Amino acid sequence: MAEREQIRKSPSEKPEVEVEEAPATSEKGEKLKAELDDLLDEIDEVLETNAEDFVRSFVQKGGE
Amino acid sequence: MAIHKICGIETEYGIVLRGTEDPNPIAASSVLINAYLHELDRENDRAGAAPKVDWDFEDEQPGTDARGFSPLGTMAPEVETHLVNAVLTNGARYYVDHAHPECSTPECADARSVVVFDRAAERILQVSMDAARRLLPAGQEIVIYKNNSDGKGNSYGCHENYLMDRAVPFGRIVHHVTPHFVTRQIFCGAGKVGCEAGLGPDEVPFQISQRADFFEEEVGLETTLKRPIVNTRDEPHADAQKYRRLHVIIGDANLSEVATFLKVGTTSLVLAMIEDEFLPREFAFASPVGALRRVSYDLTLQRPLALADGTSVTALEVQWELFTRARKYADEVGLECVGDEVGAEVLRRWEAVLTGLESDPMSLADQLDWVAKHRLIDGYRERHGLAWDDARLFALDLQYHDLRPEKSLAARVGLERITTDAEAELAMTEPPLDTRAYFRGKCLQKYADDVVAANWDSLVFDIGDEPLRRVPMMEPSRGTAAHVGSLIAASDTSAELLERLGS
Repeated sequence: MAEREQIRKSPSEKPEVEVEEAPATSEKGEKLKAELDDLLDEIDEVLETNAEDFVRSFVQKGGE
Repeated sequence: MAIHKICGIETEYGIVLRGTEDPNPIAASSVLINAYLHELDRENDRAGAAPKVDWDFEDEQPGTDARGFSPLGTMAPEVETHLVNAVLTNGARYYVDHAHPECSTPECADARSVVVFDRAAERILQVSMDAARRLLPAGQEIVIYKNNSDGKGNSYGCHENYLMDRAVPFGRIVHHVTPHFVTRQIFCGAGKVGCEAGLGPDEVPFQISQRADFFEEEVGLETTLKRPIVNTRDEPHADAQKYRRLHVIIGDANLSEVATFLKVGTTSLVLAMIEDEFLPREFAFASPVGALRRVSYDLTLQRPLALADGTSVTALEVQWELFTRARKYADEVGLECVGDEVGAEVLRRWEAVLTGLESDPMSLADQLDWVAKHRLIDGYRERHGLAWDDARLFALDLQYHDLRPEKSLAARVGLERITTDAEAELAMTEPPLDTRAYFRGKCLQKYADDVVAANWDSLVFDIGDEPLRRVPMMEPSRGTAAHVGSLIAASDTSAELLERLGS
């Protein structure tokens, strides 16, 4: 099965994989940072209005 | 070969009744669940409506200890039969536990199925909130939070369950699963602003796990105080000669599907390796409880954890070791016990998140809850120049877990989906095909009037003049669509079904 092939890597291959993937993940990280501003603008509209009251009144009984 | 790792999740949700001076969380939880059951009654054209079946407490023994003794006086007997306790047609249990609504998924055959039914449970809670809003007086509203703490020292759980071979010595499980439980939070922690174990915002502004602050013991029976990293509740809900159910209390409730998938998937693999004695390098922490918190408080993932032999490791090193061993296990033993395809996907994602955490944790903001939440809250804090103990940051933390779609912040941070909406919607009423939950769910769909009680390992039928008939379901992997699908399809009445089952 294709999935099984992907996971058959010898330990010696591991460093090579990391070197290849590191730049790609950083790029993705940059992109996510850029999107953060848009997200913060969006959530301003849905945030609980009185944060202090909301946090103070959020009291739960222990469970389990 | 390890036995099939049948698994499930039970989640206690935070509950707030808004618009009243004196909210009673037990009453509110009852209203919520009854509103859902009422809603099912109303939509009785929908498949699987109207389960009015009570939970059967016959086989509940939460005070039995896996170490082979029952400590006297440590667990008060809990009689909660007066509280709402329903069995749903998807095989799940939906009930009031302590002062919280709780939903247990049906028994699932693999980690992906757990994600589907956990998502379905969220949908059930969402429908319940809408239904309760219509029943409550104007101005009142029940709001549900899928988190594990109120930020004031009160915690409630998200427990996992895994089927294990009774022959495996419990001590071996404790020894080898503890390092996983201490370190897996680096990908399945739900994140939390601040600390509830006595440290201030300068020391712990934000931590990886919701739950680490509440654990004080390495192993034990308790779940509500002095919580242990490995819980010893020995209540198999199955043939006790053959099986144990490992009851895991240390996890956070996740909004990220990837995190839930990895939490259950990696743990299933680690337990399978323990069962097959395919054991990784041993990591005996000098202080497991200390290490648990140290990992949670360290967003850099760099801090060394002291081992009993005087050396040290990082959480990432422990996880790489477990991952590498699991990959070898896949090659040499196979992944049948966790599902071949699902197991391969667990390994692929496990490697990907460890690689991401090592190189650039921010790159996982679309996959892991704690990263997504930290990015959001830290971004907000910087934009508004706030200190870490500002109430607005605690509010953001709570609202991340708000299950109302119009308020949820988790729903807005772009988390990757594993399931589809259609799958989750179907799983609200249809049971999994591949465990005994199929038999439970289908009987409730087809013979609801005759099923008088249900629990994990039996159904009780009333078929008229005869005495009540209990159908035991002691094998979690039996009672599947393949086993009983045609029997149920061919039986118009429960009496016919029982006759066919008996023959």
